[in-house]
Amino acid sequence: MMGSHGGMPQLPSKYLLLILTAVCVILMAITFFTDFAMTPLSNVFGFAIVPFEKGVSRIGSSMSNKAEELTEIKELLAENEQLRQRIDALTIENNTLQQEKYELNKLRELYKLDEQYSDFKKIGARVISKNPGNWFGSFVIDKGKKDGICVDMNVMAGSGLVGRVTEVGNNWSKVISIIDDNSNVSGMVLSTTDRLIVSGSLETMNNKGTVQFSQLVISPDAEAIAGDKIVTSYISDKYLPGILIGYINEIAPDANNLTYSGTITPAADFAHLEEVLVVLEQKKQIADEEEE
Amino acid sequence: MRFRTILFICISVFFSFILQTTLFKVLAFGGISPNLLLLIVALFGLMFGRKVGLMTGFFAGLFIDMFFGSSLCFYALIYMYIGYMNGFFHRLFFNDDIKLPIALIAMSDLVYCLVIYILTFLLRGRFHFGHYFLHIILPEIAYTVILSLFLCPFLIWAGNRLNQKPKGSLNID
Repeated sequence: MMGSHGGMPQLPSKYLLLILTAVCVILMAITFFTDFAMTPLSNVFGFAIVPFEKGVSRIGSSMSNKAEELTEIKELLAENEQLRQRIDALTIENNTLQQEKYELNKLRELYKLDEQYSDFKKIGARVISKNPGNWFGSFVIDKGKKDGICVDMNVMAGSGLVGRVTEVGNNWSKVISIIDDNSNVSGMVLSTTDRLIVSGSLETMNNKGTVQFSQLVISPDAEAIAGDKIVTSYISDKYLPGILIGYINEIAPDANNLTYSGTITPAADFAHLEEVLVVLEQKKQIADEEEE
Repeated sequence: MRFRTILFICISVFFSFILQTTLFKVLAFGGISPNLLLLIVALFGLMFGRKVGLMTGFFAGLFIDMFFGSSLCFYALIYMYIGYMNGFFHRLFFNDDIKLPIALIAMSDLVYCLVIYILTFLLRGRFHFGHYFLHIILPEIAYTVILSLFLCPFLIWAGNRLNQKPKGSLNID
């Protein structure tokens, strides 16, 4: 690629700069104003780079795992003690929950409600590279079109929502995470189905490891407190309903006294994201259903 | 410029991109990783002049645009100008001097971060510049400078060795 300028040594650098600037501006305008896809071009790059990235990221993660194991032994002992106490508390809670589940199952049969989450078909993928800058939270996974992944499929890690696929190549796809500063997700409080908007924020992510939420309208007879579960809402056009986003961390009324905003601790562990699950099912749009 | 120098630059850009998106992200301190691509672009601009600087920057930025950009050529444009600007200091560059490259890399990183902050954060109404400066920009510059202390001497040595003019004899290699 650099050979091209070796062939024209007489061209002064300022003209070269001007030409390339013009090319850049035109391409930026094209990709911004039209939906011209650069996937074919990206695929060529992907073909060359993905194998390298797979190898290097595997070496890197095994190195950091070793280092973390050593430092974490002490923390683990203390945590073990705490967890033992929690087991007791959880066993009691579990008993009551099981009674409730029995009741719920009976009610579900009555209402013919589908089981949600467990029915989704998922595929595991490995995170092979992350955004080179420190500003945004997108990353690339090692599964693509040939594994059945399409744009806008939801990505989860453990039980929590991680983000959605925004670009698909043959053997890779790009994922924008919900903690990215550009990301907005329509969510709801699980217990009351009050809707809210979850927006990623670099600032709160750096400070406390949380994302922001806003525009929560609490219905008159309900309440929302710290610790409440937030899941994706039914009205989201990109996300499937009922996927766990996280738990309310802080909540405060806005100046208008109508809505609430605050922060949410995400359920997925974004600091150690190595393997993710891609849900091979897309939210059906009204347009899609008309076509069928 | 000799062909093998061009090859050296291409390989450096290629591997910088791979390292920066994989290994450096795993070894990041407090979520901040150094900007290896910017280091390479600024240094090669300084070592080989404006034209090489802008070409290196263009292709380095294009790599980012391909995988992580939202519009094509956004990063290519920024990196290209950084490489070009560093090329202006080519006349002041001496092989055994490491202070100038490091000062320029730090300056370039500062300019780069400010541009990225203004274009992708400030314009969306994220006004807490102090927070972003202390938690992202400053650590990134510090980390990049520390990295360049180790990498620059090696890259300067390798680049010069490859770019040496043949000494008028037939057995060049």
